Amino acid sequence: MNALRLYFRYVGASIRAQAQYPAATLLLTMGHIGATAIEILGVFALFHRFGEIKGWTFGEVALFYALINITFSLADLLTRGFDVFGTDFVRTGAFDRVLLRPRSATLQLIGHEIRLSRLGRLLQGLAVLAVATRLAPIEWDAAAVAIAVWAVTGGVALFAGILVLQATLAFWTVESLEVVNVLTYGGVQAAQYPLDIYAGWFRRVLTFGIPLACVAYYPVLAILKRPDPLGAPDWLLPLTPLAGFAFLALSFVAWRAGMARYASTGS
Amino acid sequence: MPQILVEGLAKSYRVAERAPGLGGAVRGLFRRRWREVKALVDLSFSLEAGELLAFIGPNGAGKSTTVKILSGILRPTSGRVEVGGLVPYEDRLRHVARIGVVFGQRSQLWWDLPVLDGFDLLADIYRVPPDRYRARRDELVAMLRLEPLLAQPVRQLSLGQRMRAEFAAALLHDPEVLFLDEPTIGLDAPAKLAVREFVKRLNRERGVTVLLTTHDMHDVEALAERVIVIGQGRLLADSSLDALRAGVFAERRLWVDFTEEAPALDIPGVQVRARTGRSLELAFDPAKIPAAQLIASIAAAHAVEDIHVDEPAIEEVIARFYDLHDSSEA
Repeated sequence: MNALRLYFRYVGASIRAQAQYPAATLLLTMGHIGATAIEILGVFALFHRFGEIKGWTFGEVALFYALINITFSLADLLTRGFDVFGTDFVRTGAFDRVLLRPRSATLQLIGHEIRLSRLGRLLQGLAVLAVATRLAPIEWDAAAVAIAVWAVTGGVALFAGILVLQATLAFWTVESLEVVNVLTYGGVQAAQYPLDIYAGWFRRVLTFGIPLACVAYYPVLAILKRPDPLGAPDWLLPLTPLAGFAFLALSFVAWRAGMARYASTGS
Repeated sequence: MPQILVEGLAKSYRVAERAPGLGGAVRGLFRRRWREVKALVDLSFSLEAGELLAFIGPNGAGKSTTVKILSGILRPTSGRVEVGGLVPYEDRLRHVARIGVVFGQRSQLWWDLPVLDGFDLLADIYRVPPDRYRARRDELVAMLRLEPLLAQPVRQLSLGQRMRAEFAAALLHDPEVLFLDEPTIGLDAPAKLAVREFVKRLNRERGVTVLLTTHDMHDVEALAERVIVIGQGRLLADSSLDALRAGVFAERRLWVDFTEEAPALDIPGVQVRARTGRSLELAFDPAKIPAAQLIASIAAAHAVEDIHVDEPAIEEVIARFYDLHDSSEA
């Protein structure tokens, strides 16, 4: 529990540091609400014009949208240290400081900054979740709530895994790694819609490559109690978020290799 | 058993060579040319508990690499290192809990947090029990006169103030060994004095083992009884400061500006190093000819406008060290 206690000390320190710039933090938060609110309005306009897409209603797609955005906002809130690892730690030499402290680098990096502004996207995701609950045939029984929480947890693990991989690349290159945003922001965009609207190769990427469908599409089917139009068995649907944890575990294997490389090159 | 033991330490890096421009960057993605850089070739020394050792050498000599290996950040290519019985890079988490490190150019405090909040966080990171932490902190705050700074965010401190806070931050967990990498770089004269005074007290009164790297010969003179000179990854000298001074450091320089064209001087034991118009740079050994006598004899024979004595720059001393080293090997 000592590590957890230290993590909360980091959280407290990070909040106090951001409180030094209250206006900036508030404006960033509002910016995140605004930017994501426009997105969901776009989705609404689409459905308003076409009614439904491939048998999916606006309420159901709103559920996809809400869960993936809640997931991403939490991941983005928690993993800042890995996100800025290349620019703020490796290139500046600040990573040496991390290695000089008797705590795991992972703990120090996730404690680096808790991005309060990401609460904007989280609030907006929760609001859309309320809308989806009104419009779509969702029965929030214990099983559905449990699957939703489980999917969000697995999804946070998946996005964290992507950012750990991005950070790992920084051990090998000083080039900008914004290309990884294709996987994070692009992934959120892709996972906002049901998987069966995509082409087959893209569905396979989202299931077996970067398993976003496993933390969004399949568990949402289980919440909606809909069978998978693509034929995945019903019993499998609630288990799929495990893929997020598997992805994170593999990312940490790569991370360890990167750490070993850093110890032998120092850059 | 010495506190720090270094035997046959070597470290080389592979550095990717890349052609300039976009074309070079693209080619570099597919085929890289590597160049081997030997930061350390063969370094051995040991340090007893309570010693204060200064590491000097020009940029690129291997000082920082040595400190990084000793502090567990880097793994050497070959050789053996033990600090307090632990191999730093094998047992990093345990090792770093027992050392303190101050980098002159890097902060370990939190930029946007008040100094005191940073100390509190470090106490948690190093698992210092609360009562020991408070006693230790109060002692360091008193020694370093930090009381008026505690409530200020670190970003508002001057460099001198920040370095004092950095020293406290590095010592809250009561380390046995302190590594200082150019701790006085960029500081003004009073701040340098304060840092030197503090390090001396820490070493004398508390018995902390100190390994210091520096470019500043005044740091060395004020602090170290023992000096290691390294250059190109090798140990060039490991001796007391006095012994070094008697050897290669003995030489002094005299700069003389004459009122007219600089004359040809022929004084035994004095070498003309440079001549520009009305100025001369002379090298002499004060054991053979005292500075006062040299100045008097020049001033008696010529019209002198300005005159001053100094030591040769450290880079030059090291360069001469190479010459001596190479010729003794040849």
